[in-house]
Amino acid sequence: MRPLTLSRLLARCGILALILFVVVVIALKLGAVQVSLYGLGRDLIRVLLHQSSSISTDYGMIVVDIRLPRILLAILVGASLSVAGTSFQALLRNPLADPYVLGISSGAAVGAILALILENQLSFSPEFSGLITPFGAFLGAAITITAVFLLGRREGQIDSTTLLLGGVITASFLSAIIMFLLSTVSGGNLRGAPYWMMGSLSTLPPKSLLYLLGAGFLIAAGAIYTTASDLNLLLSGEKEAMHLGVDVRRVQIVVYLAASILTGLAVSVSGAIGYVGLLVPHAMRMIFGSDHRMLLPAAALGGAIALVIADTLARTVVAPSELQVGAVTALVGAPFFIYLLRRRLT
Amino acid sequence: MSSPLRTPDPSNFSDQPRGNPDLRLSVEQASFVYAPNPSQAPLFTLEALSFQAKPGEIVSILGPNASGKSTLLKLISGAIEPLSGRVFLNGLATSALPPKVRAQRIAMVQQESRLLFPSRVWEFVLQGRHAHGRGVHFESEDDVTIAKNALSQVNALHLMDRWMDKISGGEKQRVILARALAQQPVLLLLDEPTLHLDIGAQVDLLESLRHLAAENRYTVVVVTHELNLTGEYADQVVLLQRGKCLRVGPPAQVFQRDLLEHVFQAPLTVEMTSSGRPRVTLFEKT
Repeated sequence: MRPLTLSRLLARCGILALILFVVVVIALKLGAVQVSLYGLGRDLIRVLLHQSSSISTDYGMIVVDIRLPRILLAILVGASLSVAGTSFQALLRNPLADPYVLGISSGAAVGAILALILENQLSFSPEFSGLITPFGAFLGAAITITAVFLLGRREGQIDSTTLLLGGVITASFLSAIIMFLLSTVSGGNLRGAPYWMMGSLSTLPPKSLLYLLGAGFLIAAGAIYTTASDLNLLLSGEKEAMHLGVDVRRVQIVVYLAASILTGLAVSVSGAIGYVGLLVPHAMRMIFGSDHRMLLPAAALGGAIALVIADTLARTVVAPSELQVGAVTALVGAPFFIYLLRRRLT
Repeated sequence: MSSPLRTPDPSNFSDQPRGNPDLRLSVEQASFVYAPNPSQAPLFTLEALSFQAKPGEIVSILGPNASGKSTLLKLISGAIEPLSGRVFLNGLATSALPPKVRAQRIAMVQQESRLLFPSRVWEFVLQGRHAHGRGVHFESEDDVTIAKNALSQVNALHLMDRWMDKISGGEKQRVILARALAQQPVLLLLDEPTLHLDIGAQVDLLESLRHLAAENRYTVVVVTHELNLTGEYADQVVLLQRGKCLRVGPPAQVFQRDLLEHVFQAPLTVEMTSSGRPRVTLFEKT
């Protein structure tokens, strides 16, 4: 008998953080312009010491102003989607649940597009207008998960197959709405369908939105983490969890809202990137087990690592052109989804 | 065994007792109605019934299918609130207890426990300690000792490192019981615990329940339709039929041929064994 201890949890997270650091350094180095490790280290230290002005190398701007923010964005989006996926899997008691597969990301995209259209029609003060898109995306995510949840219920219980089918149909329906909205309404700040339906990290959001994403991630993921022990018990079913002392309704509401916030924030800055929320939690579960006290932070760090790698591939494999990062994650994620599905059926 | 299973309840729940605190469990005129919505006729009604149980007693809720056994168990557990009347545990209404406080006092062993992801036996038993921790809770040495004691009380300590989906039905039932014991409850509820067990495992389970109730002063309430196991092991029987409580009392009083034939719709005989316990024999319907 070897229950999880805080020191073991921190040690494992430390290893994952180290891997993330190495991946980030490699990602900073790779790209159309080759950067030496020495120059990279020197420039990064200068940034940390707030001496950005003294970066005089030719590539300083590329690394610090272009690659680094994009990597930070990938870290935040990857961690958000992965924690959201882990949460939805526990909440819906379905190992195949993922914000993208269940159509929640598409719902967030519809919410974000509607918010952008609204923003074009009405004129908001600039500091306020930055908040409308993520808020719209959150609402879209929350409404969609409610709909999918209701569609997936049969005789008061969540039915796994009905839930997945409900999610797939919802995703396809919402994609049609995205196409409809994008082809009937045009606006300067509306990006194209590939962005919303596949996701991309190629356009950096304004700094204020990045800060919001960071703060939102910390608050929402922190809220989910407070329920980590409860989520372990919820895996055995609502009734059992209740008899073991879990306030089931409270946990469901906290996790449902927080996971919708994470999905909404991620989609509002990167479109609907798929399968991160499916692949990463499963990989982490295979390594660390299904204890959410360990799994949630591992999923956050693992999601960050996965999306930084995926985005680095997206911008380097067909250089000087670029792939959608969602295409990279789908290329790996979709076969993995089929593998999981078949393993469950046998 | 000097086990930490009997450490005092650390709960700080401070509701004023309203029932009789001397009685462990007191069901007072409790009733319940299942209705899809208030305007429609109810699907099922459990009529008001009363009984009491002391520490160390085993109460068996007996009846055919759809007689309201599981509904009564839910009422006792506090999972549902009675339509009228009250269920008191040590003088407190069970349905008014907050979830954690309730789980520190009442443990429920359900018919089946399905896991979404594989888990080890020890992980499963440690779940019983959840109600005794706060927030994101890392199990202490005490928790581990309590879980090990719970496993050894049901003779399952050797299963500790096995996977839950790789052990037999009887072993699984014992591990689920161990998780309930790790909650350190005063009231132990079991919903048809012998359903998927062979006859040997059924007797083993009931034997350990009798042993546990005597040793730890648990009050045990078991839902079952096993007549002879009830006759052999229960101190009190609550006999239900179609939501109505027909009789409450010791098995020797409740097990009367006419009454049981009427409730179970089957011809049978009742004999008394040398230990004063009733034994039922069923005949084929002619």
